[in-house]
Amino acid sequence: MSSTSGVATGEYAQGEPPLDPGRRKSLHDGSGRRAALLIGPTILLLAIVILYPIVTAVSQSFTQDAGLDPSTGMFVEGGFAGIANYRLWLLQDCGGGAFSCPPGTLGSQFWTATGVTFLFTVVAVTLETVLGLIFALVMHRKFKGRAILRASVLVPWAIPTAVTAKLWYFIFAYDGIANRVLGTEILWTGDGWAPKAAIIIADTWKTAPFMALLILAGLQVIDEGVYEAAKMDGAGAWKRFVFITLPLVRPALMVAVLFRTLDTLRMYDLPKILTGGAGDTSTLSMLVVDQVRSGFHAASALSTITFLIVFLVAFIFIKFLGANVTEQRAPKARKAA
Amino acid sequence: MFGKSGKSPAARRISFSLALAATGVLALGACGGGDSGGGNSDAAQSGNSTGPITYVQGKDNSGIVQPAIDKWNAAHPDQQVTLKEQTDQADQQHDDLVQNFQAENADYDVVSVDNIWTSEFAAKGWLQPLTGDYELDTSNLLEPTVQAETYNDTLYAAPTTSDGGLLYYRKDLVPTPPKSWDEMMSMCPIAQQNGIDCYAGQFAQYEGLTVNTAEAINTFGGSILSEDGKTATLDTPEAKAGLEALVEGFQDGNIPRQAITYQEEQGRQSFEDGKLMFLRNWPYVYSLAKTDGSSTVKDTFGVAPLPGNGDGKPGASSLGGHAAGISVYSDHKETAFEFVKFLQSEEIQRDWLTQGSAAPVISSLYDDAALVEQFPYLPELKTSIENAVPRPVTPFYPAVTKAIQDNAFAALSGSKDTDTALSDMQKSVQNAIAGGQ
Repeated sequence: MSSTSGVATGEYAQGEPPLDPGRRKSLHDGSGRRAALLIGPTILLLAIVILYPIVTAVSQSFTQDAGLDPSTGMFVEGGFAGIANYRLWLLQDCGGGAFSCPPGTLGSQFWTATGVTFLFTVVAVTLETVLGLIFALVMHRKFKGRAILRASVLVPWAIPTAVTAKLWYFIFAYDGIANRVLGTEILWTGDGWAPKAAIIIADTWKTAPFMALLILAGLQVIDEGVYEAAKMDGAGAWKRFVFITLPLVRPALMVAVLFRTLDTLRMYDLPKILTGGAGDTSTLSMLVVDQVRSGFHAASALSTITFLIVFLVAFIFIKFLGANVTEQRAPKARKAA
Repeated sequence: MFGKSGKSPAARRISFSLALAATGVLALGACGGGDSGGGNSDAAQSGNSTGPITYVQGKDNSGIVQPAIDKWNAAHPDQQVTLKEQTDQADQQHDDLVQNFQAENADYDVVSVDNIWTSEFAAKGWLQPLTGDYELDTSNLLEPTVQAETYNDTLYAAPTTSDGGLLYYRKDLVPTPPKSWDEMMSMCPIAQQNGIDCYAGQFAQYEGLTVNTAEAINTFGGSILSEDGKTATLDTPEAKAGLEALVEGFQDGNIPRQAITYQEEQGRQSFEDGKLMFLRNWPYVYSLAKTDGSSTVKDTFGVAPLPGNGDGKPGASSLGGHAAGISVYSDHKETAFEFVKFLQSEEIQRDWLTQGSAAPVISSLYDDAALVEQFPYLPELKTSIENAVPRPVTPFYPAVTKAIQDNAFAALSGSKDTDTALSDMQKSVQNAIAGGQ
């Protein structure tokens, strides 16, 4: 999950047609070869580090996991599996037909894990967006000590996730700070709603500042003149927020939301360390890692499914985001100016 | 982030790249790729030679391994051993070994394996069977440590350290430790009168829960797998009695409800704070409870074997410990074999106990008066290990332990009744050993 930064430019170069027709033309008269030469190595590298693992994973997902030869007790390769690995996850078919995976097997946990992953995503990202927007609005105002506030707000984001998880693990211990401050005896890493809440709280604490930072960047490019014009027209603070700030900050906001949504859909280390999956808090990524230890091929199928889910969500976002950015934002900005 | 011109490409480019970043998920599955099967009989035959070797094990936190290797190297100048330390995380050690075996790496000559990994590595054909030229004399070893390294009636690794559960108790409150589970539970009113919790083990949803659940089931005469490891045997009254004992403990409050979140350390903390009367834990707690500045029970705690089921025998601990396995891909197996025997020698076993309080695998060391004086818990530990049962010896251990953990957790936290949890456990363990999912 680490090789994310390199993907951007290369895939864009491969997948997206150049948007400026003038530029496309220029590629054909001579400089095209040089351009190909320049981006060639990048494309080759990306093919190796991105394409190869994807193709391997997908092809492995149609292979059976090695099984035991009963006569020797040794593992033998499984051969072609068809869609059995996909049936395992999507239909909870452990070999005895749909829903034949007994509770306690990984196969029985796919839909629970999908559900809890989406729950984390929806609730945490919503909280983070609201808090991030509030933080950003506060940080955007001019006041004494603004620099210190901006720096300190970022501290939770700067802490590695594993450390955050351990930190909250101690906070949420039975005799930890959370229970002492609240005067409760909640088993935060036990069963029921509490472990889910614990993960959402920890995730929100960690990433709301990141949201704030992205939104702040969006706020800073809004021309002050727009507000002044609106003020002159008699718009109050609330109206200015709804009709100027929100629409203009929206592109930045949407990218922040998309980024966090993808991150949360792939969440692994925070729940792994905080609850270890107790109380049905195993996410899809945790399921993949657990399955890797039992059989690579079924794990490949699961990671392919996870990939498709994440990709689908991203795709929907982009359609949504792209349409709004191009068609709404530009005219509004023009009108306001 | 966006220019004032408000053109979409900037935003789209960024968001598009993020979408593709999602591809990272796939790499997870692919990394684990490569084939993982096949007995390797050719490799097992070759490489009968001497020469320098590498010994691979997890982080040597107590600093006892390098001194042992130094001793060996001084005596064998032409067969030097190099120590390669892995991380101190068991899961990562396991995955590192798997990757190197898959790569048929000849530099991993001797590897330290947790006893729950041995059968998996053996079934994948990665460990040199200790038969024929490599036959190991195990007559002086504690029987369960040998059993844990035996798969398909063949010994695949040489036990090097052991471990067993102990019952820590407050001798100021209970002068004689309980011999049976029922006796222990009947003492719980004493804890109540003193305003403290009665009993705790490790009941959070992790490997420790498998250990504690298996102990309860084995103590009451049940088992998880049949002798040949091919059938799940959890649908018995004995297994039910074991799980029921833990469930009732939680229901009665004899096991405090917060113990559902306890790993080793939380229980130790509670015991050292004087808030717990009985604690099931490993021997490492002994010296900490004696020496920790914050320990309030330094002079008031004792150790006993785990309580039994009332038939006079002590409880059945789950067996901890590591063994040294020889890689089939090693080019210097003769040296590797000699080195394995050296690690198991009385000299090194004694060093490891005195320098790092590692539990020896040699039976007689537990009766050594000088050692017992230094480590007063040795007799109890010997009883614990002698009565210990290895956790299920199966190549599908990861799936088996998951099946046990999930269902035991559901039973202990009250979201499933004992019967349902046990029948689900039976089905999922059976499913696990049939195919590994």
